[in-house]
Amino acid sequence: MNKETKNTEPTMQVLPHREDLGGSIKSLYTIIVHSENIAGLLNQVTAVFTRRQINIESLNVSASSIPGVHKYTITAWTTQDIIEKVVKQIERKIDVLQANYFTDAEIYQHEIALYKVSTPEFQGNPMASKIVRRHSARIVEVNPVFCIVEKNGMSEEITALYDELRAQNCVLQFVRSGRVAITTSCFERVSEYLDMREEQYRQQKKEDNHE
Amino acid sequence: MKERITGAEALMRSLEHQGVKTLFGYPGGSIMPTFDALYGHRDKLNHILVRHEQGAAHAAQGFARVSGEVGVCLVTSGPGATNTITGVADAMIDSTPIVVIAGQTPVNLLGTDAFQEVDLVGVTQPISKWSYQIRSAEDVAWAVARAFYIAKSGRPGPVVLDFTKNAQTEMVDYAPVELDFIRTYDPDPTIDEQAIQKAADMINWAKKPFVLVGQGVELGNAQEELRAFLEKGDIPCGCTLLGLSAIASSHPLNKGMLGMHGNLGPNVKTNECDVLIAVGMRFDDRVTGNLATYAKQAKIIHLDIDPSEFNKNVKVDIPVLGNCKKTLAMLTALLEEKKHTEWIDSFKEYEETEYTRVIEKEVCPKTGPLNMGEVVRAVSEATRNEAVLVTDVGQNQMMAARYFKYTRNRSIVTSGGLGTMGFSVPAAIGATFGRPDRTVCAFMGDGGLQMNLQELGTIMEQQAPVKMILMNNNYLGNVRQWQAMFFGRRYSFTPMVNPDYMKIAEAYGIPARRVMKREELQDAIREMLAADGPFLLETCVVEEGNVMPMTPPGGTVNEMLLEC
Ligand SMILES: Cc1ncc(C[n+]2csc(CCOP(=O)(O)OP(=O)(O)O)c2C)c(N)n1
Ligand SMILES: [Mg+2]
Repeated sequence: MNKETKNTEPTMQVLPHREDLGGSIKSLYTIIVHSENIAGLLNQVTAVFTRRQINIESLNVSASSIPGVHKYTITAWTTQDIIEKVVKQIERKIDVLQANYFTDAEIYQHEIALYKVSTPEFQGNPMASKIVRRHSARIVEVNPVFCIVEKNGMSEEITALYDELRAQNCVLQFVRSGRVAITTSCFERVSEYLDMREEQYRQQKKEDNHE
Repeated sequence: MKERITGAEALMRSLEHQGVKTLFGYPGGSIMPTFDALYGHRDKLNHILVRHEQGAAHAAQGFARVSGEVGVCLVTSGPGATNTITGVADAMIDSTPIVVIAGQTPVNLLGTDAFQEVDLVGVTQPISKWSYQIRSAEDVAWAVARAFYIAKSGRPGPVVLDFTKNAQTEMVDYAPVELDFIRTYDPDPTIDEQAIQKAADMINWAKKPFVLVGQGVELGNAQEELRAFLEKGDIPCGCTLLGLSAIASSHPLNKGMLGMHGNLGPNVKTNECDVLIAVGMRFDDRVTGNLATYAKQAKIIHLDIDPSEFNKNVKVDIPVLGNCKKTLAMLTALLEEKKHTEWIDSFKEYEETEYTRVIEKEVCPKTGPLNMGEVVRAVSEATRNEAVLVTDVGQNQMMAARYFKYTRNRSIVTSGGLGTMGFSVPAAIGATFGRPDRTVCAFMGDGGLQMNLQELGTIMEQQAPVKMILMNNNYLGNVRQWQAMFFGRRYSFTPMVNPDYMKIAEAYGIPARRVMKREELQDAIREMLAADGPFLLETCVVEEGNVMPMTPPGGTVNEMLLEC
């Protein structure tokens, strides 16, 4: 995504050959969108995916650390070409602040999952509680009918625990949150962007007043 | 300074504050309080009563396209609102600034399937630049200010305001709102000087540069900057359908129209140039044909104000983000003065081929029925090529675009991206209000005229001086041509049974004339242009004429068919 900053001579050589759009390999991308907290925006964001027939794997929306700004964390399987266009088309919506996409290497991500297991089955099976401990999951509720196990971690860890518990035949219900993610880069795109926009506006006002 | 007034009255004040003088609309239940307020503002706000809300939307588009100002529609909820949808979608894809204000059921009935309730915001979100429901009178001044700011800034587009009835009748302390900043939206992106430098280096290096001129040049008001750029670099250009009047047809560097039915030279040369410079255009498939064979040999520079256009269809080497009025000027400053005589001369061969094999036959036939091309050229010349061209969709559109000559900016109003039949009559009405000082000529087919025929009523009432040129071939000609070329001449539902248009015009009190013979054409055109007010000129043209040349869909731009 970095812009080529060197600008020496013959530009022609520096540029790689243009490739066709489209093609190439699919992978799981995490898209982080920041927007104003306005009703109807979720629709607009998801519509960009629907229009291109991309399935959203998970979606999480919540208030961000910036007052009045909402954060969407979306995962979807697609190609780099397509995700680039999707992100630009999301960003084009008037009330969207920023949209960026990341590969797993560029983010720290987590999910939380709850597993409801039947208490008699669970207690009658020593393997079950071993599994829970081995996966560093917690039991957050116990009553004679069911227990609730809570686990947070990476997607695969959550799936792994589910598979093992299910093999013990004791899972009554299972739910997982969408992914939440934090970028691991050292600068904060959104707050810097907001500062930059406000500064630009002040600058522009100053110029207008001078004219 | 604040005054206590109704939300409807606040809307009137807000529109006036935005400088609105003309609006196109149609009343109904949910917008009645607003029409009541409008009654008291008739001295300042000229409301044009259309005959169908689709007409209001297209009229607003025509108004906006010729004037550069925001076109405004005022309609009722439900069917009134949904009737404008085609116009909203059309304005979106063609980047036309309009604001549609529609009534809506009161907030307390929302979501109950109330009478004439439609989720207009939900329906229009994907096809508008911004869509917003005004739920209280407090919101009016802010929403209108934001709507106009969004519609006309950056890459322009349609905005929809869904105005609940309670917000129209509630009282509010009104004060005008100024709005010129939205923190999430940057209509004038900072220009990357390094990108400019790179682009300039590449253009200076080029031996065979070629420019694609899009509507962005007109929208950015950068026609002079474009001309200076082309002339300093001695670079030939082709224009997209919507960019045709951004540079005079007669300019020696203007090599004509791009696209499926464009001119041969610019299409062939797209696949021969070494550097392709696209300005304010979006590489529509009607321009590129098969992407896999499109300008593969060229380095591509793309100037646009909308970053989501970069690499959307065609992968570009150097994207240059920004208003092209600025980026073109910055590029020109870095350009070496050049002569590309040999390259420019190489277009001639194709111009001659196209002239002898297509144009001459179309424009100067000696026998047989009238051709569309000759009608268009004759009208264009009779206006000294100074009129505003409005077209409908179909063969008439392509023929009009090809054979009209452009000498002035903002002179083509046509439905490019959406291809909306029925566009021409209402858009032309709007154009006469947007530029009352100019002659407005609307070319249309027999299919298209009937798609918004009811707007003859608006023309009658307003005496809007629209010069309508019907090119009647008794077919849905464009579709018929495709059937002839690609579907074995199976004319499935394309013959058109037509009414007597002279009688229709007469019923509306619109002067009219039908021309069948070549010898009468000039005189009829003179009569039409001399008429003080509207006129319908029906020309009976060859029935099975074809628009040529043509790049068949999915074809390659340098392999245009010259005859079929
Ligand atoms: C609203 C709408 N419906 C259908 C079409 C498909 N269409 C494109 S051109 C055309 C034929 C137009 O016929 P006419 O208006 O007589 O113009 P001609 O091509 O004969 O000049 C049709 C049906 C369209 N573009 N728009
Ligand atoms: Mg026809």
